Amino acid sequence: MKVSLSWLKEYIHVDLEPSVMAKKLTMAGLEVDAVEERYDYLNNIVVAKVNEVKKHPNADKLSVCMVDAGGDELIQIVCGAPNVREGMVVPCALPGTVLPGDFKIKKGKLRGEVSAGMLCSASELKLNTDSAGIMDLEGDFVAGTPLDEALNVSDTVFEIDLTPNRPDCLSIIGVAREVGAFTEPKQTVRFPDFMLPESKIGYESIHDYAKVQIIDPDLCPRYSAGLLFDVTIEPSPFWLQERLESIGLTPINNVVDITNFVMMEMGQPLHAFDFDEVAKGKIIIRRAGSDTNFTTLDSKDHKLESDMLMICDGKRPVALAGVMGGENSEISNSTTRVLVESAYFNPISIRKTAKKTGIASDASHRFERGVDPDGTVKALNRAVSLMAQICDATIAKDIIDEHPNKPVPLELDLNTNALNTRLGTNLSTDAIGEILTSVEFKVEKTDDILLKVGVPFFRVDVIRPEDLSEEVARLWGYNNIQTSYPLVPAKGKLLDEKISFREKIRQIMTGFSFSEVINYNFINENSCDRLNLLDNDKRRYVETILNPISDQMSVLRSSLIPGLLETMKRNISQQSDTLKFFEIGKIFFATQKGSLPEEKEMIAGLITGNRSDSSWCSKKTKVDFFDLKGAVEGFFEALMIENIVFGKIEDESCLYYKDGYAAYVKSGDTLMGTLGKIEEKVLKNYGLKQDAFIFDFSFNAIQDLLPKVVTAESLPKFPSISRDITIIVDRTVTVGAILKQIELISKKEVLIENVFLFDVFEGQPLSEDKKSLSFRVVYRSTSKTLKEKNIKKLHVNISKIILDQFNADLPE
Amino acid sequence: MQNSIIDIEKEAFESIGQATDSEQLEQLSIKYLGRKGVLTKFLRNISSLPEDERPSAGKNANILKGKLEKEVKAAFLKLDTFDDKKFFGIDVTLPGRPILRGSLHPITQVAKEISDIFLRLGFDIAESPEVETDYYNFEALNIPKYHPARDMQDTFYVSENIVLRTHTSPSQPRVMEKTKPPVRIISPGKVFRCDSDITHTPMFYQIEGLMVDENISFGDLKGILTTFVHQFFDKDTSLRFRPSFFPFTEPSAEVDIRCVMCKGKGCRICSKTGWLEVLGSGMVHPAVFENVGYDTDKYTGFAFGIGIERMAMLKYGIDDIRKFYENDMRFLGQF
Repeated sequence: MKVSLSWLKEYIHVDLEPSVMAKKLTMAGLEVDAVEERYDYLNNIVVAKVNEVKKHPNADKLSVCMVDAGGDELIQIVCGAPNVREGMVVPCALPGTVLPGDFKIKKGKLRGEVSAGMLCSASELKLNTDSAGIMDLEGDFVAGTPLDEALNVSDTVFEIDLTPNRPDCLSIIGVAREVGAFTEPKQTVRFPDFMLPESKIGYESIHDYAKVQIIDPDLCPRYSAGLLFDVTIEPSPFWLQERLESIGLTPINNVVDITNFVMMEMGQPLHAFDFDEVAKGKIIIRRAGSDTNFTTLDSKDHKLESDMLMICDGKRPVALAGVMGGENSEISNSTTRVLVESAYFNPISIRKTAKKTGIASDASHRFERGVDPDGTVKALNRAVSLMAQICDATIAKDIIDEHPNKPVPLELDLNTNALNTRLGTNLSTDAIGEILTSVEFKVEKTDDILLKVGVPFFRVDVIRPEDLSEEVARLWGYNNIQTSYPLVPAKGKLLDEKISFREKIRQIMTGFSFSEVINYNFINENSCDRLNLLDNDKRRYVETILNPISDQMSVLRSSLIPGLLETMKRNISQQSDTLKFFEIGKIFFATQKGSLPEEKEMIAGLITGNRSDSSWCSKKTKVDFFDLKGAVEGFFEALMIENIVFGKIEDESCLYYKDGYAAYVKSGDTLMGTLGKIEEKVLKNYGLKQDAFIFDFSFNAIQDLLPKVVTAESLPKFPSISRDITIIVDRTVTVGAILKQIELISKKEVLIENVFLFDVFEGQPLSEDKKSLSFRVVYRSTSKTLKEKNIKKLHVNISKIILDQFNADLPE
Repeated sequence: MQNSIIDIEKEAFESIGQATDSEQLEQLSIKYLGRKGVLTKFLRNISSLPEDERPSAGKNANILKGKLEKEVKAAFLKLDTFDDKKFFGIDVTLPGRPILRGSLHPITQVAKEISDIFLRLGFDIAESPEVETDYYNFEALNIPKYHPARDMQDTFYVSENIVLRTHTSPSQPRVMEKTKPPVRIISPGKVFRCDSDITHTPMFYQIEGLMVDENISFGDLKGILTTFVHQFFDKDTSLRFRPSFFPFTEPSAEVDIRCVMCKGKGCRICSKTGWLEVLGSGMVHPAVFENVGYDTDKYTGFAFGIGIERMAMLKYGIDDIRKFYENDMRFLGQF
């Protein structure tokens, strides 16, 4: 909402500096976004004296003038105005100046004669509508003086970012009322004086010509109308055009300009119909019903819905009520009879219609926020009297004021103690009453701490006592309210386990040199295809966004993997090709329609590129599956989760992993997640060319396994001894199976402390289907230093069992 | 005895000249220069020389020691298998073996910093879903359907009544429905708005705060938020509370801080105003209490919402919000 200071001053006395005024408005809740000097452009126009006028040698209607614009030399300017004469003092725009309408002045030649500037008419400078000739300043000015200074014109325009609860400030008078509450002394708004001229003899009452019928009073509680005859449609006088332009509106014609002027002045949207186009002189306000199409005055066609409120005449709709008038009844140059509408419409109905038709007009903006339900007649009379004056029109006697549902004035009981408690203030009941009175609340003190507060109709946002606390707070000044501190008992609670677990994961992963990323929750709708998911994969049950930003972000992610691959791609395109990162975030599965989706938190990560870059101390080596697995094992170890089992994924649940290069991770029967190498086609789907390894785990499944208690073990007192076993087995035998077997044995044999694989060998001299595995078994006793003889039998036994179980051989 | 030194010198130089590998050189070095070597012995025996010969003998022996040390070094350098570490130590200016560093996302770091401040003030953390019903996101917060306030937030819809939450405020009714006052919670998380340009990403982070008890006042709101600002920025940061509008608070206040970049002089960051809007807040609207069954005569409370990106941008001097979600490692690695 724009407000010009000069217009504002019509209703209230203001002598504050614009910057102070802006600050005060902001601190009263009317946030000023920008303060502009409206006539700034006149600062670049100078006063100039025409010293010499000669006829243009090549053009009859042009003159070549020598002009003193305050500089050292006279300037030659070609001028087409008939009224230019020697000795005239005129406004002059020098090259580089930009005139209203974005018209840039350049030095050039006109029909062969140099012209270094422009002598301006009043209309070119938006100072008047006079465009017949250049502006005669007729005064004793020093050449070169900036025009704004010479004419002493200035106006400040405030751009106010109004919150939706304050429709009462969507008018100059509304803002003036707020200004009056913070000037010293406080002032009340001066309403414009206007008299309804006597109706001329011969013209009867409006009731003889027009009839208004409200069929749907729930959507239109009040409809007022006035009628004018002998209207002359022409451009508005300068002062009216200037007012509208000062706040960014474009003048159209006198009748339309007046409706806009009164809307901006009082906040009541008006509409003017060409009464000769209103069939049978009837105005009927009803829902659209079976009417299906309507063309608004901007020549756009709209599909109607049956519950949209329409203004209709004797046979058809003539306006989308409160939103925009129809093309069929708009004011034209030949209009002579005008019906002016001033109504109150149901805000929700207007908002629905505006939303559905996609029209955001100044009128709908006000109606949907709520205009003064008691303000229709005042605005109507203002408009009608201006039209009589400006459009040379005659007013029909009387007005129509259909008013089936009268608004009830609201009275609130305000307990000032409660108000002070809420705000933390200590204001007296009288002081509170005074503050409320300053913005036109009617206040009556009924008790030491009780006020009866009458809410003015235009304050549609005030409906309960707490709303009054805001009025008091903002007018008293938020920054005058004493800062205090609530009493909080020293009764702390532990952090939610989930939150501390998440922090722990972050700590572990960054310790393993993974960086954290955060991807959008939205992914491409074809992500499931790109990942090669089976048709019955749960992750295909995605939630689709009805109004996505783009196709790339049209569904909620059902996996973190697409985001990880996209992140990899983006970094590789920035020449970072060694990457190690993780993400913690939610994935979503659609459930029943209309129900919330299932939200599941996941932890996933990706590595790609080199384990180590080439440097003076190492050669470049690529990461592989076991780099990722090591991180995953370390992760569980850091969380002190034991008994984790890795197994090869044999089914088709994760086809985005390369076949044979993917593992699941389970604890007991619970699947915690998977890890593996990304399949080539999937890489290609993401435009990737280098190997990527991904892990993907359920946050909750892991959290459930966290040990509740961690107990320290005492350190061993006696040394351990180690013995190795090397066996030759079929290549198909897995290390996991052998380790599991040894683990079974160790459950019975307390001396076995640890077993690990320390070598794998394939190739000559072994045959192709064989491999050699070397395990080291660590033995330790809690009661003595072990000697060879204590473990010899056991070690042989272990070897034997393994040899038997896995059909293995000892090396030759 | 002088002769003896000359003999030693001759013999030593000869054998060093003949040595072919580092082992031999090492042994020669020990033989002549070692603790039990020839020269050491010679020096130890100086006391047995006549008194007048002692100074020159000592001097010559020391000169020879230096010569030999040089000669051995030179011989080592000539060998193919030369290992300079033995003699020169290591080049400590060589770069170390690289260790990769993992970093936490700046949003995570700032969210934790903000959370920690409120945790110290006695708040708990309560999270709520990222996809919400229209009821919790709007209705319960006093934003009925077709209210113009819905224009303040461009909403992503999943179905007519299911939305991506547009703010963390749904945590307010969700927590209050399950908890009796007093309530002191913060709720950090992702929020979504249908908006994408230089200054907006369709997903961003907020931290909601809510405190409800008997006698909680607007003054208390100012106290808690002032404490927060002073801890997050610095204790000299001035604040102002400015009237605003949120349907679920009354009165509502925006909190501005003195521009951290220009200290209030006016700059590009603060659009020349000297102030930066950092968070929204207000006293909980009685309609919200009614929706969760709280007694509006007995309880009052305040709520606030902080944009985490905004805080992170001010803290680290980041000028483009989109950087947070491009996940460029060169960006993430800076925090």
